[in-house]
Amino acid sequence: MYTSLTNRRSFIKKMAVLSAMTAAASMFPGILFAEEQEKNLPKGGNLDWKKAPCRFCGVGCGVLVGIDDGKAVAVKGDPKSPVNKGLCCVKGYHSIMALYGKDRLTKPLVKKNGKYVETTMEEALDLVASKMQETIKDHGKDAVSIYGSGQWTIPDGYAASKLFKGCIGTNNVEANARLCMASAVTGFLTSFGIDEPMGCYEDIDHADVFVLWGNNMAEMHPVLFSRLLDQRLKRGVKIIDFATRTTRTSMAADKSILFLPQTDLAVANAICYEIIKNGWVNKSFVDKHCNFSKGLTNMGYGLEDKYKFTDKPEGISFEDFKTFLEDYTPEKVEKISGVSAKDIKYMASYYGDPNKKVMSLWCMGMNQHSRGTWINNLVYNIHLLTGKISTPGNSPFSLTGQPSACGTVREVGTLTHKLPHGVVMKQEHREFAAKIWDVPVENIDPKPTYHTVEMFRALDRGDIKFMWIQVTNPMVTMPKLKRYRDGAKKEGRFVVVSDIYPTPTTDIADVILPSAMWIEREGLFGNSERRTQYFEQMVTPPGEAMSDTWQLVEVAKRMGFEKQFYYNEESHIEEIYTEYRKHHDNKKHNMAPLEVLKNQPGAMWPYVDGKETKWRFNAKYDPACSNGEDFHFYGKPDGKAVIWQRPYEPAAEEPDAEYPYWLNTGRVVEHWHTGSMTRRIPVLHKAMPHSYVELNPDDAKRLQIRTGDKVKLTTRRGEIVLPASVNQRGVPAPMQVFVPFFDENMLINDITLDSFCPISKEPDYKKCAVNIEKV
Amino acid sequence: MPIKSYLAHPHDGQKDELIKALSQLSVCDVIPAENRDLLIVVTDTDNKDQDQQIKEKIEAIDSLKLLAMVSGFDTPKQK
Repeated sequence: MYTSLTNRRSFIKKMAVLSAMTAAASMFPGILFAEEQEKNLPKGGNLDWKKAPCRFCGVGCGVLVGIDDGKAVAVKGDPKSPVNKGLCCVKGYHSIMALYGKDRLTKPLVKKNGKYVETTMEEALDLVASKMQETIKDHGKDAVSIYGSGQWTIPDGYAASKLFKGCIGTNNVEANARLCMASAVTGFLTSFGIDEPMGCYEDIDHADVFVLWGNNMAEMHPVLFSRLLDQRLKRGVKIIDFATRTTRTSMAADKSILFLPQTDLAVANAICYEIIKNGWVNKSFVDKHCNFSKGLTNMGYGLEDKYKFTDKPEGISFEDFKTFLEDYTPEKVEKISGVSAKDIKYMASYYGDPNKKVMSLWCMGMNQHSRGTWINNLVYNIHLLTGKISTPGNSPFSLTGQPSACGTVREVGTLTHKLPHGVVMKQEHREFAAKIWDVPVENIDPKPTYHTVEMFRALDRGDIKFMWIQVTNPMVTMPKLKRYRDGAKKEGRFVVVSDIYPTPTTDIADVILPSAMWIEREGLFGNSERRTQYFEQMVTPPGEAMSDTWQLVEVAKRMGFEKQFYYNEESHIEEIYTEYRKHHDNKKHNMAPLEVLKNQPGAMWPYVDGKETKWRFNAKYDPACSNGEDFHFYGKPDGKAVIWQRPYEPAAEEPDAEYPYWLNTGRVVEHWHTGSMTRRIPVLHKAMPHSYVELNPDDAKRLQIRTGDKVKLTTRRGEIVLPASVNQRGVPAPMQVFVPFFDENMLINDITLDSFCPISKEPDYKKCAVNIEKV
Repeated sequence: MPIKSYLAHPHDGQKDELIKALSQLSVCDVIPAENRDLLIVVTDTDNKDQDQQIKEKIEAIDSLKLLAMVSGFDTPKQK
């Protein structure tokens, strides 16, 4: 007892230090304590600092984890990491505490007669494999599915894709990045023909102006935001927050501009109008490197089951585009968006000024959007028209929310239509993957099946009978959640959940597999700037917990795929990564060898001839450029990027007399997504113990609602009661409310809408109609 | 047995004096920032009275401009 109390006390003391460091870092961007922290840690112990990418958001900060006697006891930012330069945010500093929550899942659990019964890992994996085989035999290969996440390591996602697409032969592979990044992917693909940002975080050190499009960076990407603030201190850069709600980001920005939900489409077009009207178009760049296109409009919102949409792009001229923009003069758009013509011209003037380097940053605001692909296209339009792209400081930059949304979901391709290289629809891509996977090419189905929302609809309908869920918590995150929760519980469904803690998703499981978390296993993540980072196993997982990769390998072997899953337990991560690299063995996407990643804080792909690529499509930096010009958008067959004609269209459900308010949902700085890890970290839980509904102060006054009062939110999907928050962290615009989704006891997604962008199939969590009443 | 962490801001040019003064208090750990005029102070005391006394002692240091508490924990007594 004495020992454990001493350890606990020492641990708490370290956490007190880390909390103070986090607070200091938010006040003084760039502040350094790293060496001092090390000096003050216990002397004479066996403390060993090992590098890893942070477990949480997509920024991919490098951290150093202090290991003492087989336990992770401290975290500090890695001063050698070019991502965070020694800084960490509040979640990063406390990340190791998520390993040691008292209710960690340590034994497999199987549901028998409505109760969970402990079993061995061997028996649980036998059951998973046999149930999958039985389902395939009785209902066909497309009756089984896997749903993973942007928190899957690269080997996790690779093993899942190989097993399901290559061996079983179903494209029922999806990941929760569909809920957060799919619009960014389709934005990149439609504008450039190839995924992921052309620039990198070093753009922050060169840009003069930062425009944040619906992106609360101060809370969602605090370390990167501190780099922006640092540049303001050093160089006087300007930060413009363009959002629907006043946040900590707005308060720190030089200018906060609020727009009405969904009208960013109109404002982006108005900026393009201004650029053309004022002669700010970089004509030689546009002539050499851009085409103009338009697609179908009035696409719908995917609200009905089995909704299908395929765009039909059609080339247009610059003059056609100019004529289209006549509907988007700043004065006309002011009426739609609530943004003054003056403010629209103000933003346009920075984009148009040839002497200003501009970085646009966005994340969920533009991606969780019923026209998410379009708004991504429109921001690229602005950068393409002005030629402000693919050069240091001129950078449209889509940020990610998860540590390996890019590395695993987008690069490995754990989405229904994707392969590690290319798409299932193309014969040459299937042949290429089949050769590396050592499977007959006929195994890979040429037809994509279900995107995420449709996959859960299929589970509800009974078209899917078996689902394996790893590293994600869809029973908190799915929109219009009640339908999908009820569907998953129906008779004849079999759900396997691999996780580290009990969650609302383990509640619907037939088998719960305990997973090894982060540094309890070896793995790799890929962050927002195309940086692949390696981490070694540093501590032993609790009980029978096993990495998701090895769970998949074990099940694959049990299903008869020993030849394809030849990996050895002690070296499987290296074997898998080496095999995976073969899919990207070209100048456009080559990945750094594992040995390189073990010895440095990651490397950005394309990694060619021992060098990473900081700016793609720019011949000065990117060895894949081959057209003899300064720029080469080689994702498209003709080497040209596309400027898209995309109109403003309303959201799927807008406020009306019955439901007069907009409901917006999102995250808070203290919690990682659904809170299953961070709510088990006492400091973070205490700082943000439960969800709430933010109201505009005028609305609150009119409704006589004060902070803490109970408020009922009602939508067409149901109702929920939450405590009110007025004039606290964030302030919504009039007739709008905001609710964070981290709290499993207050499931806001029970009342959100499952509309999605018809091109990306990403749901719009930011907009539906709601009524509010004081309880 | 409270453990508390604070951010301590020194008066201009008095960071070293503040480090020295705080280092003389046995229940205080001091971690100076390398590149800013700011110190992290962690106090580890036996009871609430001692915690209050140490806070008063810190606040009485001449080179201290501002003391801001960041986190506070109360742990069980060792037996």
